[in-house]
Amino acid sequence: MEPIDVVEPVRRLDYEAKVTGRASYLADLRVPGMCHGKILRSPYPHARIRKLDASKALSVPGVVAVLTRDDIVQDQGIDPYYGPVFKDQTIVAVEKVRHVGDPVAAVAALTPPAAEAALDRIEVEYEELPAVTHVSEAIRQGARLVHESVRIPEHGFADLAELKPVEGTNICTHFKLVKGDIERGFAESDHIFEDTFTLPTTQHCALEPHACIASVERDRRITVWSTTQNPFVVRTQLANIFKVPVSKVRIIVPYLGGGYGGKVYPKIEPLTVALARKARRPVKIALSREEVFYTITKHAAVIKMKTGVKKDGTLVARQCEVLLDTGAYAEIGPRVAKKSGYTAAGPYKIPNVKIDSLSVYTNKPPAGAFRGFGVSQSAWAHESQMDIIAAALKMDPLEIRLKNSYEEGSEFVTGETLTSIGLKDCVEKVASAIGWKEKGEHRPDGPLRRGKGIACLIKATITPSISSAVVKLNEDGSVTIYAGTVEMGQGSETVMAQIVAREMGIPLKDIEVLGVDTDVVPYDLTTSSSRSTFHVGRAVQFAAQDLMQQLKRVVAQEYAVPEDQIRFSGGKVQLPEAVIDYREIMFKHFGMQGGTLVGQGQVKTKVVDDRGVKTTSSFWFLGAGAAEVEVDIETGKLKLLKYVTAVDVGNAINPLGCRQQLEGAAITGMGQALFEEVVFDNGQLVNPNFVDYVLPSLGDMPVSIEPILIEIPHLEGPFGAKGIGETALIPVAPAIANAIFDAVGVRIKELPIKAEKIYLALEQAKKKL
Amino acid sequence: MKKGIRFRVNGVDTALEVESHLTLLQVVRERLSLTGAKFGCGIQVCGTCTLLLNGKPVSACSVLAVDADGSDVLTVEGLAKDGQLHPLQEAFMEVGALQCGYCTPGFLLTAKALLDENPHPSEEEIRSYLAGNFCRCGCYQEIVRAIQKVAGE
Repeated sequence: MEPIDVVEPVRRLDYEAKVTGRASYLADLRVPGMCHGKILRSPYPHARIRKLDASKALSVPGVVAVLTRDDIVQDQGIDPYYGPVFKDQTIVAVEKVRHVGDPVAAVAALTPPAAEAALDRIEVEYEELPAVTHVSEAIRQGARLVHESVRIPEHGFADLAELKPVEGTNICTHFKLVKGDIERGFAESDHIFEDTFTLPTTQHCALEPHACIASVERDRRITVWSTTQNPFVVRTQLANIFKVPVSKVRIIVPYLGGGYGGKVYPKIEPLTVALARKARRPVKIALSREEVFYTITKHAAVIKMKTGVKKDGTLVARQCEVLLDTGAYAEIGPRVAKKSGYTAAGPYKIPNVKIDSLSVYTNKPPAGAFRGFGVSQSAWAHESQMDIIAAALKMDPLEIRLKNSYEEGSEFVTGETLTSIGLKDCVEKVASAIGWKEKGEHRPDGPLRRGKGIACLIKATITPSISSAVVKLNEDGSVTIYAGTVEMGQGSETVMAQIVAREMGIPLKDIEVLGVDTDVVPYDLTTSSSRSTFHVGRAVQFAAQDLMQQLKRVVAQEYAVPEDQIRFSGGKVQLPEAVIDYREIMFKHFGMQGGTLVGQGQVKTKVVDDRGVKTTSSFWFLGAGAAEVEVDIETGKLKLLKYVTAVDVGNAINPLGCRQQLEGAAITGMGQALFEEVVFDNGQLVNPNFVDYVLPSLGDMPVSIEPILIEIPHLEGPFGAKGIGETALIPVAPAIANAIFDAVGVRIKELPIKAEKIYLALEQAKKKL
Repeated sequence: MKKGIRFRVNGVDTALEVESHLTLLQVVRERLSLTGAKFGCGIQVCGTCTLLLNGKPVSACSVLAVDADGSDVLTVEGLAKDGQLHPLQEAFMEVGALQCGYCTPGFLLTAKALLDENPHPSEEEIRSYLAGNFCRCGCYQEIVRAIQKVAGE
């Protein structure tokens, strides 16, 4: 396929509404008759609910309805159990609460303060149970169980069908992958390295908290406005919970104020619908910042990595044990563990690999998808250890990576062949941009030491998956796009329009991208896994092509010209003796100013393709990052001077949008690397607020973040494009840790890398001298 | 307890009876339907609810509406004049200083306050003045560039 040659700078379609304050987000919406819901949450990490009496709450002025376990257990119209992988969640707690903040009851009232006041009048008698709050403790024999048993749905996700909870333990899932013979590999190695790396629980901190409005009609038709990244998955889950066909469930999604994975899969939708059903009127629930921390987090992890290498730095064997803290509910933890497992050994050609990747229940808020999920955990381990190995062998960290890294045609750990792999380009470009050759030339300035570090990755996208799109040609030649991608900041709306503009040769101003409404747009699995441009973009492209095929047939018929003599160019149709535009064709075809032509497109990816070839991922994410840091050896204070990020984008449809995504992901990575951490004290969250949980601000940013787009067109992406949203986040933490080692010779293996950790490591190193 | 307040909001004289415990953010969003200012953290940290009160940026989540009595309030909806976007709005779009847009109203108003105080700030001054506004999508470099662009014109 030819690369895109004309990519004019475009102004994003959503920008004007956003800079003028006119863009509507969920919290800005109201519907007639709406009342307000508030949630009573568990104060304990683990407890049995002995007694629950909500009668006094009903007497608070303004209260419309109270929802308790009695409502969901006794109602034949509700299946109280749900969850995207396992049915281990309930709308409100039934027998036990399993984490601090677990919903126990909910109140709908005319005003939010009335609902709050009523929460105080609900009487709950808890029997506190010992809590399991760390993965290492949770997997011990005889550990207290978070779930005594777990319900498995009949029809779950195809890619997770083989994963089941291990009965009688806290192991939610255990993904295993073996290649070659690990023991022989270690026996053949000259050196063996064993290290343990950890990452804390973190939170997405989308500035827009989760919110939902639900309305239930007498005929059980459910309408939900929600801050969700995957409306079709939420639709399926609500249909199952409330026992109605999906045609009775409508999900409408306005612009999201950020998602980053924190808004995939059901969150407060089941509870809001149940409350609206009880209240018999629409209910709105808008979470506080604190409640967001109870709703979803990113998996903390403990990763043990044992690697065997030859003297020359060739990797021979790698064994990884990844323990992911999935919290009280599986949520999407099983997929996080699987993804983490696939790439736990890193983007390297290693003949002998053994991987065990587990999602483990604990009494903490559920952990789920977070930008780059699974891989941002495993890459912290494999990329840190690569530099440990390089240092021991006195090799250049760049050289050891280039020596072992995947390239076009390499065999992946699953045995399949990797294609469209721009990894080495990414690694070489970031090295060059950070000034790798000049590494070590900087002279110490008093207590200040400088260093450079590098890291790289491979990641899969969700496979199999489905995306559909419809493109409608209106009577005046303008076009409307119907697609299920949620615009959450990534610029998908504009990219979809650009694809149609390019395919059909019409200006962006004549194209409208509809918002997401499951009653209107065709099915799309999810806006996550950096999959939308590749999958939905391709479906949109197919739909536009379908439309043009129809136009061709119409023109052939109406103008009596053979189809092979009809050419499309610049939004017009060229016939041997005339040039006509879409409007004229529509008028001629329909005989008046009216009518519609509808094109459709579908993309369906499989784990085994039509030729019988295994496909773990419909395309691969490749990227690299390089950091330059300055460390004060007297205080441990770290200053990030420069960061460079390179990602194989396939082909950039909107280059500015690509750069924004790369920089943004890198900045989130910096927060995760340097200060973000949800702190627990025996299961209690110590810092669920923006004073104590620190986000990166302009004050923390390095002077320069340089995004580099590596363009190696992918044969199956629209105009060669691939997804890019998550890649740049993943290498940040190990690149910084490696730069710190380069600067001052200490190795930090526990995130986040706070100044005191560097200081203490420096003190420790001094003692050894 | 209700109290009568009078203030100018985006140049419009406005008189309201408000409960004395309501925040300026609640009143602007719910009573005046000016939803550009967003709720983010509720504790004056993230900057998504920034409004200009007598030209100075405030976190509207932490200001009581009754304390805005007699003041001049500017929200993002009041930035454009006579159908013309403010130069900062134009620059944010041109440079790409936003993605999800949730923080954008707060950044625009804080940037306006900065340029009103100091029409030609250094990069360091821009970074320091805007350090109280979060952008989780991470458009910080573009935000600085957009402000520099307007300051340089």
